[in-house]
Amino acid sequence: MADTILVVAEQREGKLNRVSFETIAGAQAIAKEMGWTVEVVLAGSGIASLAQELAGKAVVRVYALEAPVLATYTSDAYVFALKQLIQDKQPKLVLFPHTYQVRDFAPRLALALGRTLIADAIGYKHENGKLLFTRQMFQGKFAADVSFGSDGPWLATFQIGAFRGDQAEGSATVENISAAVADGPARVTPHEVFQEAKQAVDLSQSEVIVAVGRGIKEQKNLALAEELAKALGGEVAASRPICDNGWLPLERQIGSSGQTVAPKLYFALGISGAIQHIVGMKGSSTIVAINKDPEAPIFEIADVGVVGNLFDIVPALTEEIKKAKA
Amino acid sequence: MKILVCIKQVPQKDAPLKLNESGTWIREDVSYEVNEPDAYALEEALRQKEKHGGEVVVITAGPARSQQVLREALAKGADRAIHLEDDKFVQLDSTNTARAIAAAVAEENFDLIVTGLQSDDFGAAQTGVLLAEILGLPHATIIIGIEKTDSGLHLKRELEAGHYQYVDLPTPAVLTIQSGINKLRYASLIGIKQAKNKPLRKVAWAEVEPKLSKNLQQIERLYVPVKQKKTEMIDGPAAEVARKVTEYLKNTARVI
Repeated sequence: MADTILVVAEQREGKLNRVSFETIAGAQAIAKEMGWTVEVVLAGSGIASLAQELAGKAVVRVYALEAPVLATYTSDAYVFALKQLIQDKQPKLVLFPHTYQVRDFAPRLALALGRTLIADAIGYKHENGKLLFTRQMFQGKFAADVSFGSDGPWLATFQIGAFRGDQAEGSATVENISAAVADGPARVTPHEVFQEAKQAVDLSQSEVIVAVGRGIKEQKNLALAEELAKALGGEVAASRPICDNGWLPLERQIGSSGQTVAPKLYFALGISGAIQHIVGMKGSSTIVAINKDPEAPIFEIADVGVVGNLFDIVPALTEEIKKAKA
Repeated sequence: MKILVCIKQVPQKDAPLKLNESGTWIREDVSYEVNEPDAYALEEALRQKEKHGGEVVVITAGPARSQQVLREALAKGADRAIHLEDDKFVQLDSTNTARAIAAAVAEENFDLIVTGLQSDDFGAAQTGVLLAEILGLPHATIIIGIEKTDSGLHLKRELEAGHYQYVDLPTPAVLTIQSGINKLRYASLIGIKQAKNKPLRKVAWAEVEPKLSKNLQQIERLYVPVKQKKTEMIDGPAAEVARKVTEYLKNTARVI
């Protein structure tokens, strides 16, 4: 029998996390190259319709792993149930989307299985019969090809956006499985997921965004970005450290913990381009990066790159743009 | 509360990094600093101690140079430090790093173990979670608020895209801390002075080696990422750069 890849899909409160489809696409690509097959597991309670939705993809089988304790996510219940399933099914490879939920339980699951997890891969390579996973290191300054040093099951997570989620359709069978449940009371008590006060700005609707990072140095220098944004008719945003400092409200943060945007024009001023920021803006049509460090990873994805002092360049640029728009 | 803080020394954010000759690691002759999320974990531990009493112990695994981050933590107010000191600790995967830390603190009973949610070098975001598994403790990740309750901890977790969740955990427990949970303090002059006399226990590789196993994942090669896009690099004096960028936006990208 061919080896299988098991994709662990994600849902919360009756909704599939769309990044699950990206991971399925990644699994399909690997399966095609290795001659393996793809199966999907979704854990939860009352998830029949979600499992059906997953079964509409080109995969062989979907496991609906159900138990009342899986209704709301806890790492303990997920690790216990998935460990049992993986031991029963013995997939060669287990793939996850690199979500906050997966980060919370997948390392524990790997160790409980006596295995390892390659986290936050952006792709894979098949070289001399060896499957390698590529991941970013040193905040995206380098990439590393990483191999597994033991037998399967191998576990890996794919970064959000590593694959496109619109892949081949199909019709798989859904298999219902009663999840294994640990004895004894739960250790972690989860409460409801919530959003803080309604966000006043929806940056995802902005066509032009001028984002600033650590390179802006002081809060008063934000005025430079505001002037440029005003000239372009855009909004000001920031990478995480700026919002951590309280220089801009959290609702203007772009990145994995903030908003995901894809404007027509994105200015990255003094932003080095750490992975957590890139995932929130790499879909932008035109990216202009200004940074003093020629090695900054932001230049990897920029359409226009300027290595230089943003305190000189940005005011000059604001004037030019005013002229051009006049 | 008796709190352990796991911290790591990583290359400075804007340090120019170069690959070593074999393309397996960076050249180590760069400047280092404490991993930023770990600094927030330390700050949170100090604040919890100030509120509830107890002890803050810091631990790191790395070469002699990494003693610097322990000294800084002691100067900020940690009570004592543990240094797993050996060059070999740098190349351990997350699982073995967690095993080494667990072995070094086997005799201690901490109420709380905190660490940053991920490191700026490997970025695997696994060591804290694995440490919980090894020690058999409950854990929670990406924490942005800690409140001690009668039965344990009331925690605020950050989720994606502006969502949050509260969770309750019994202690002892392991938490990974998100940057920005608090405002970092600076070490005071008197703190720096006092740090010199605070206990720092060194743990040698040989002492924890029996608890380690082979790394189950290996970095085959490290390299500068292949460019995904053709980037038009523009240089020159500010005025000229401004003109060229504007031209590009107007005529090539047609966004203004």
